[in-house]
Amino acid sequence: MSIWYAICGAIGGEFLSMNFMRNALLAVLIMAPLFGILSTMIVTGKMSFFSDALGHSGFTGIAIGVLCGAVQPMYFAVGLAAVFALLFCFVRSRSSQSADTIIGVFSSTAVALGIFIATLNGNSFTKFNRYLIGDILSVTPGEIGLLALVLVAVLILWAVISNGLILTAVHPQLASSRGIATARTETVFTVCIAVVVTLAMSWVGLMVINSLLVLPAAASRNIARNVREYHLYSVLGALGCSVAGLVSAYYLGCSAGATIALYLAVYFAVTFCFRNTRS
Amino acid sequence: MNDCKHLHGGSCGDACCLKIENLTVKIGGETILDNINLHMHCGQLVALIGPNGAGKSTLIRAILGQREYEGSITFHTGGKKEKLRIGYVPQSPAFDRADPVSVLDLFTCCIFKRPAFLPPTKQMRAKVTECLMRVHGESLIEKRVGALSGGELQRVLLALALEPMPNMLILDEPLSGVDVEGMDLLMDMLDEIRSKYDLSILMTTHDFSTLEAHVDQVVLLQSSILRKGTPLDVLNSDEFARAFHMTGGGEA
Repeated sequence: MSIWYAICGAIGGEFLSMNFMRNALLAVLIMAPLFGILSTMIVTGKMSFFSDALGHSGFTGIAIGVLCGAVQPMYFAVGLAAVFALLFCFVRSRSSQSADTIIGVFSSTAVALGIFIATLNGNSFTKFNRYLIGDILSVTPGEIGLLALVLVAVLILWAVISNGLILTAVHPQLASSRGIATARTETVFTVCIAVVVTLAMSWVGLMVINSLLVLPAAASRNIARNVREYHLYSVLGALGCSVAGLVSAYYLGCSAGATIALYLAVYFAVTFCFRNTRS
Repeated sequence: MNDCKHLHGGSCGDACCLKIENLTVKIGGETILDNINLHMHCGQLVALIGPNGAGKSTLIRAILGQREYEGSITFHTGGKKEKLRIGYVPQSPAFDRADPVSVLDLFTCCIFKRPAFLPPTKQMRAKVTECLMRVHGESLIEKRVGALSGGELQRVLLALALEPMPNMLILDEPLSGVDVEGMDLLMDMLDEIRSKYDLSILMTTHDFSTLEAHVDQVVLLQSSILRKGTPLDVLNSDEFARAFHMTGGGEA
């Protein structure tokens, strides 16, 4: 961390003079590529509503964690979100109803359960507000290390499964005829989103986290012509908007997560104007 | 080779041949396919026809190993059992037009380990070009799959199914969504491929006009095989007329 602080000191500026801002900037620089990469397949796999539901289950996990008196309710949340993801994959494979409907069922159940537990015995809900809005400035060096580990894990996972995942998303029958275990690939990806969404929730905020998982790729799709450009524009967009959002939030005194999401919305609008019109 | 032309014959002889014996598929207690027996020889083009819900897709799924079945599906060359390698061309209109996936990406995802988000190597590009040349489609390599026409998409999927070279090719409704010119082009290409690479081709279709010119054997399926034989024989049979609710044998 001292190397990073030294770099920040060298860059200078009022904005980087405090350690918590330096931490926040590093956290954002690690999270942005994470979201940029995952977002490509969330959008291609038509799972944007699903990642939203996962955030809700993460919140339920935190509520359960707090109820059990855990010091770090986040780990409960990660565990529960992973279980939720597995359960969802299982029900979807066994049910003839559309994924859309099943996501709705899971999502509303998770939220209801979360609020039920959080307010049990007349407890006040306000202590959970930080998870709804998120606070990137509260991130600690240890947590940044954890995020970096997750980024490395996702990159390795991506190198191994992304080809199969792309094929599963664009053409499931073709994928299974090429010997790809489509159900297993999707399950691994689902659990991966669950872990990342829940981990990032307390810094980005439950209410806007899904925008970070949808907007980078949605914008990138407007202009990308192949998988390479798709990943590139998604990650670059996420990085640019995250840094811009953090800096703006510092000067305006608003929530960083929301500001980043707004920058991403602008990114989408701009790419929309330059979208691929030739077919 | 002569006895291989026996369409109703029992033995495959020494030729290479796909043998489907006593194939039965039940889903939830309902019998979808009932005691199917079918032999397909290398170099033969077989059309599977039948009304909607007749079990054509189920039969294909069973051959692909995606559906549980009773009975046996085996592949023989020179009298010996061998592992069947199938090239499958799925029904086409499933691509999202907005997906930023190029033809090269599609091939990368299917045949290479190197992730598609990295720049492709020269060898990969050369290999994919070679694959596309088999279907005269090398100019399509940079196009997005969502932007391909129906005929172009069929050719790309066909090229994909031919890598690695299979000994059997299965096409699910290859002619749907393809215009008349595209149909002729595609059927000519299938003719070229089966003679060049000596593989058997099984296709499902609702378009009976192309059968006579290109197909060796027509199999009329409705839960069981109602009739199999030459296109003329099947299309003029009473079974065909009954299956498609027409009175008397006649042109479709």
